[in-house]
Amino acid sequence: MIELRHVEQVFRPLDGDEVVALRDVSLTVKRDEFVAIVGPSGCGKSTLLRLIAGLLRPTSGEVTIDGAAVREPRQDTGIVFQHPTLLPWATVTDNVLFPLQLMRQVRPDSIAVVYELLKLVGLAGFERRYPRELSGGMQQRTAICRALIHDPDVLLMDEPFGALDALTREEMSLELLRIWTAQPKTILFVTHSISEAVLLADRVVVMSPRPGRIVEEIDVPLPRPRSFDLQALHEFQDCAQHIRRLIFGRATGVAT
Amino acid sequence: MDERPASRRSSKRWRRSARDVVQPTLFFVLLLVVWELAVRVFRIPVYLLPAPSVIWAETTRIAAAVGGHTLATLQTIVIGFLVSIAVSLPLAIVITYSRLFANAVYPVLVLTQSIPKVALAPILVVALGANELPRVVVTFLVAFFPLVISIAAGLMSVPPDLLELGRSYKATRWQELARIRIPYAVPFIFSGLKVAITLSVVGAVVGEFVAANRGLGYLITSSTAFFKTPVAFGAMILLSIMGIVLFQALVIVERVFFPWSATAAEANPSP
Repeated sequence: MIELRHVEQVFRPLDGDEVVALRDVSLTVKRDEFVAIVGPSGCGKSTLLRLIAGLLRPTSGEVTIDGAAVREPRQDTGIVFQHPTLLPWATVTDNVLFPLQLMRQVRPDSIAVVYELLKLVGLAGFERRYPRELSGGMQQRTAICRALIHDPDVLLMDEPFGALDALTREEMSLELLRIWTAQPKTILFVTHSISEAVLLADRVVVMSPRPGRIVEEIDVPLPRPRSFDLQALHEFQDCAQHIRRLIFGRATGVAT
Repeated sequence: MDERPASRRSSKRWRRSARDVVQPTLFFVLLLVVWELAVRVFRIPVYLLPAPSVIWAETTRIAAAVGGHTLATLQTIVIGFLVSIAVSLPLAIVITYSRLFANAVYPVLVLTQSIPKVALAPILVVALGANELPRVVVTFLVAFFPLVISIAAGLMSVPPDLLELGRSYKATRWQELARIRIPYAVPFIFSGLKVAITLSVVGAVVGEFVAANRGLGYLITSSTAFFKTPVAFGAMILLSIMGIVLFQALVIVERVFFPWSATAAEANPSP
């Protein structure tokens, strides 16, 4: 279980005024829950993720995972960034193994785990390829395998499909759901896309910018397993419309 | 992705590289012919401009001696180059990790570059003695600066995402350096090495001009003193061939051992 209690994050650039990235953010994420975080640019979504990842320390407030305060990166979290950030000099296999190498946890059976993960995301046969030989979607799949290699309990995803084209993006969303069903984990998924958030998540956290804070948490009333057919349901439409209103205000769709 | 079959692609590549070789070669041969004819037709004295045939004849006549001089110069170049690498790599690493050190050392580095090496060489001979050492030091001083700059640039231009990835798995400083920064910097390191090897040739010759009793630089000064211009030309040509061979050797090393680096450099010629 992930808990944020009254978290405040203030950045003080060397030149210029301080920026309040997050103000009084409290959030609880249950084990194996899929939570999406949406909001406009500059609402502190990525900051929130970095706090949970232990890459940042909050200015005030507390971040805990399973009751323990997060002070540094933990071994039970995995991260996927917006860009694949693969090592250009390493094969797909070595890229996926990279976290284990850094943590000195490579075991004789690790390669088998890599192959299994690559198979899970449809990259079987690409084990010895280099990142430059892969498409953007395949690169991001490799990055997802890398985040899963140490079997983390928590998967943090920072706009993981943001740099992909629309079709690949839809394909990847369903793939992520499939992976999540096969290997249940707590997922925090930052996105700009409202429909992506509704399609994927159990709960959508809507944030507002400057200073970043949580406006509302919405439970998604859709059954699982999910597919794009659900977009036609009025529950889906209502949920998406509600989030859209929260982000853009009441003016949406009304001439002013 | 390239969908064409590999065989057709490679035959096309082969034809293109053949054209890349044939055209400059033909032009070069043409230049030699024009040179040869011009010298004969206008009866240019041999001490002013020897014909290619004369250069060939005079230089091969003392082939054994020329070979010894070539090896001597090659030795100076290689030692100076290796010393440059040995100094530049740790220096660039410290510059990358310590802003304080970078601030302190940078002006000194620039100062060493602003000193004309030709002016420094005789002083070094006095200080270090008339042996191999001052020549290696001059070679090193000429070659190491661009190497430090490009290695440091490579180490510092690692995308922040990649460093954050390392941090999120608690990479130690050593792991970050060895597993992220240095591999990332390889294309930069090689572009620095290519500049450095070319400058090493210049440095070695400068060193030999000032104080030497062997080496191609010495051969040039001693033969021009006796108006044996063809031999001087021969030595000069050997120096440029040596420069090209050493440069190409680096290109091959990069392609064989760091193929991703060579392709990265092709996609982006000025890393």
